[in-house]
Amino acid sequence: MNTKTTKNDFVFDVQKIKNDFPILQREINGHRLVYLDSGASTQKPIAVINAHADYYNRINSNIHRGLHTLAEEATSAYEKTRSHVAKFIGGVKTSEVIFTSGTTESINLVAYTWGEANISEGDEIVLTDMEHHANLVPWVMLAKRKNAIIKRIPITDDGRLDLTDIDTIITEKTKIVSVTHMSNVLGTVNPVKEIAQVAHQHGAVILADGAQSAPHIPIDVLDMDVDFFAFSAHKMLGATGVGVLYGKEYILDKMPPFNMGGEMISEVSFDRITWAELPHKFEAGTPNIAGVVTFDTALTYLENIGMDNIHAYETKLTAYAIDKLTQINGLKIQGPNNTLNRGGAVSFTDKDLHPHDISTFLDSKGVAIRAGHHCAQTLMKRMGTIATARASLYIYNDEADIDALHDALIAMRRYFGHE
Amino acid sequence: MSENLDDMYREIILDHYKAPRGKKPLDKIDIASDGHNPSCGDELTMELKVDKQNNVQDVHVNCKGCAISVASGSMLAEYIKGKSLDEVKKISEQIKKMLKGEDSEITEDIGDLDSLKGVRQFPVRIKCALLAWVTLIEGVDKFEHSKKPESFTVPTEDEE
Repeated sequence: MNTKTTKNDFVFDVQKIKNDFPILQREINGHRLVYLDSGASTQKPIAVINAHADYYNRINSNIHRGLHTLAEEATSAYEKTRSHVAKFIGGVKTSEVIFTSGTTESINLVAYTWGEANISEGDEIVLTDMEHHANLVPWVMLAKRKNAIIKRIPITDDGRLDLTDIDTIITEKTKIVSVTHMSNVLGTVNPVKEIAQVAHQHGAVILADGAQSAPHIPIDVLDMDVDFFAFSAHKMLGATGVGVLYGKEYILDKMPPFNMGGEMISEVSFDRITWAELPHKFEAGTPNIAGVVTFDTALTYLENIGMDNIHAYETKLTAYAIDKLTQINGLKIQGPNNTLNRGGAVSFTDKDLHPHDISTFLDSKGVAIRAGHHCAQTLMKRMGTIATARASLYIYNDEADIDALHDALIAMRRYFGHE
Repeated sequence: MSENLDDMYREIILDHYKAPRGKKPLDKIDIASDGHNPSCGDELTMELKVDKQNNVQDVHVNCKGCAISVASGSMLAEYIKGKSLDEVKKISEQIKKMLKGEDSEITEDIGDLDSLKGVRQFPVRIKCALLAWVTLIEGVDKFEHSKKPESFTVPTEDEE
């Protein structure tokens, strides 16, 4: 398993965790920073920040090329993270773990390489009504290039996937199902394993967008039986500019490369080029080495707490947040109002106030949230709104943070003349 | 309360936000323009009725957006009523510059519009205040080009 055994007497010491994050000491507009925008990007613990400095202080060099000590150390640190990621997502082969610049690039890689090779006119691509643009635009553009058809799994009014007609949506014409594991807006955790079964019954492959799930819940790609899984390091304590694409080896093997250049080749002449072995075939050019190397430290930090413990703690805190926000006059939670199969991204709207004004006001009280369409314009339309405010939780948040959000929202309604 | 916040959400702004002007649909529409803020999803539709001398007789603004974009649209509706299209273009460019901090030297009395200056301290909100003005400029441009097709004609030899 990828997580430590949960001890029954485990104490989630959030104060100790908070102390590991230097940025949380900052004051914003005269108030303690209350960071509730981890769905966009998480803060970094001192261990990761130090690991970054350590990499540049001691071992900085290029990887997979040089034969000197630094090059060997950098390569070995880089490959150590690959092994760590392989274990973290359920124990896959290291050849199945590809480093990218982020979830967006991971999905684009599949859409451009697997998609170009496997999608033809009339084929169907199945998405859902709760996708981030990163898991929507690449497929819509692929469908346009190939004259393929986009189908969508609808959502219910309380923000869950409606699988009633799944057998008519996923058919023998379906070539790929690409679905978010956890919605960045609604917080809903989707039954990816169940959808994967249906996809495979019809001979389709399935990609799960794990950008929001991997930071918060134990991931086992083998148990879910997904063919591709994509996520980003910066949403789980790591650096920006690092992402992962997991893919089943036999599928990756048949895919053409994505970016062309150094590192991804085996032999090059002007009339014949052969590709490097997996995973290097998909890693052209010099990657974000420091970011990948320090992702190892980030994963260790999460594992020392335990992904099960993180999930349990965040579920409790999400329930508290939903309860507190529901008490505020005029506020509506957009997404499931209970914690069953739900993560800690809590979107809400105010019947009198626009999310921009909410966000600006909260910032004046030191509370950082996200406001806007969250790169999910089609979902906003489905929800009958143009934008929402979103508080998203992580391991360093506690009830005092939720109370600060609650009190600031009450003060906001008074400020704008809505009691 | 943060001073800056009160600088942006001045009383005049909140007044326009709570009771936006120009909400009444027009009986005749000469200029129509839609604005959209892709980064936040705000939407605005603007309609103008102009007389034969190209003076704005009436304005209808419908904004689905934040307090700043609604207030800005409301002030626009109030201000440009009775102005000529040339005056409208001039003030639009002046407000754009004022908001971007490029040129705040507006010598004439612009009334409530002056209160939009406070938005400058909130760089991410400037585009909210701009939405109505950008939509207006686009609408007037379209109107003038369709009215004066000669502006699209191939230059004569003299002009070359």
